[in-house]
Amino acid sequence: MATPVRDELPVVPVRYPGRWVAAVVVLVLIAMLAHWLVATPGLHWDVVRDYLFNSSILTGVRRTIVLTIIAMATGIVLGILLAVMRLSPNPIVSGFAWLYIWFFRGTPVLVQLLFWYNLPAVVHSLSVGVPFGPSWAHTDPKTIITQFTAAILGLGLNEAAYMAEIARAGILSVDEGQTEAAQSLGMTRLATMRRIVLPQAMRVIIPPTGNETISMLKSTSLVFAIGYMELLTTAQVIYGRTFQTIPLLLTASIWYLALTSVLYVGQYYVERYFARGSTRQLPPTPLQRVRMLAMGRTH
Amino acid sequence: MVQAVSVHKKFGSLEVLKGIDLTVERGEVMCIIGPSGSGKSTFLRCINHLEKVDSGQLYVDGDLVGYERRSDKLYELRDNEVARKRAEIGMVFQRFNLFPHMTAMENVTCAPVHVQGVQRAKAKSEGERLLARVGLAGREHTYPRQLSGGQQQRVAIARALAMEPKLMLFDEPTSALDPELVGEVLDVMRDLAKSGMTMIVVTHEIGFAREVGDALVFMDDGVVVEAGAPRDVLSNPQHARTRDFLSKVL
Repeated sequence: MATPVRDELPVVPVRYPGRWVAAVVVLVLIAMLAHWLVATPGLHWDVVRDYLFNSSILTGVRRTIVLTIIAMATGIVLGILLAVMRLSPNPIVSGFAWLYIWFFRGTPVLVQLLFWYNLPAVVHSLSVGVPFGPSWAHTDPKTIITQFTAAILGLGLNEAAYMAEIARAGILSVDEGQTEAAQSLGMTRLATMRRIVLPQAMRVIIPPTGNETISMLKSTSLVFAIGYMELLTTAQVIYGRTFQTIPLLLTASIWYLALTSVLYVGQYYVERYFARGSTRQLPPTPLQRVRMLAMGRTH
Repeated sequence: MVQAVSVHKKFGSLEVLKGIDLTVERGEVMCIIGPSGSGKSTFLRCINHLEKVDSGQLYVDGDLVGYERRSDKLYELRDNEVARKRAEIGMVFQRFNLFPHMTAMENVTCAPVHVQGVQRAKAKSEGERLLARVGLAGREHTYPRQLSGGQQQRVAIARALAMEPKLMLFDEPTSALDPELVGEVLDVMRDLAKSGMTMIVVTHEIGFAREVGDALVFMDDGVVVEAGAPRDVLSNPQHARTRDFLSKVL
């Protein structure tokens, strides 16, 4: 009765005809898209090729990268600060953080960019000193607000509001027992946050931050509104002159795709770093997998 | 070492501690037993100021917990002053609360290095000694998730000992463990008691309390119902509530 039937009779695996139909449909659609991309003369791939490594385009790419890095760094640092403020027992401090997040999440980033850029038109003097008292130094905002600084302010301050919520979720995800254990060892509130809570919160903070970085890379294109010459604005200036709109938008898109691909890889390794200790055994990286395959091992 | 005088604690309108009076001498091992919700853990957490006492006095080594007396006023201690006091008291939790992003060694050396400013090399050699003492030599570079519950709790004990505490608090240290792992943790605690450490142990291990404890306290509903030598309390309980509880757990 209990003898394994499998050993004696041939086994017919279950078949999935639906999967084959779906695969064929998708492949046909991909072939149509590929054909359209190659066969449409209006796309002018020759123009794309000529401009892909054009020096002004490359300058634009560099500026997009710099803008992304600075705006994102501003967002992360301010965001973590706001998250800690938001969790403060002081109601004025947490209330301020709430208000900041409410304001910057509640207005379009494009409006914020235009706002910062046009601010010098109404604010004529910026000074450092005692509040409502004497000032030691003052300057004309026009000298500070350039297209670049307005872009950083607009993108960075807006990002901080989103990062604050991400960081807050991360901090709250860490078990309270961790704080208690740290405090019982004599760590101060600040040391507990820095050494125990934040490193563990990172595991929750990193994936959405990767998303935000990718989103930021693309949001930098909004600064065309204030005329900062990053990748998209540069492409626009060129097609404004040559009328080769689509090829230049394709050029810009190829660069955006290339840059986000790099971010994908970076995110993978950063996530891996902060996952240490969270699983018994980290899975091998793709590189390690290739190496193992080459050496003929499966595990 | 620890003296409690009429300690009260409320959570909202719920009175958890209704006047606790206790004294623990230096080098003494006191076990606290009692039904869940009786306030044992809360009392333990008051001793290192994880919970704030509402009224009454709690002294550790002659100092009032959480306050400083200057002339005729009590000044509440600042965050960093409270932290300094806590550093002198080791605590072991029911759920271990090891830092999962650090190896066993990093868990043990973290506080000595960052709180006491001990040099890293010195903290490491001390850490190796402590991990060996709790029977975990060779597991220095293992992360908590790769260890069994019993091993994790022993790392947690080593972590607390690394601060060279004058008092150790154990909050149901074996309650989250599989039955076959309880013994290895109790062994470490037994050795610690033999070495002369002052210990307060909230536990359900009646056998451990009888064998290792110098004093046994039975708490119920926020008060100390009965206290005395473990043998006396266990074999000849004076109160009906103690008898009732013991009949259920023995």
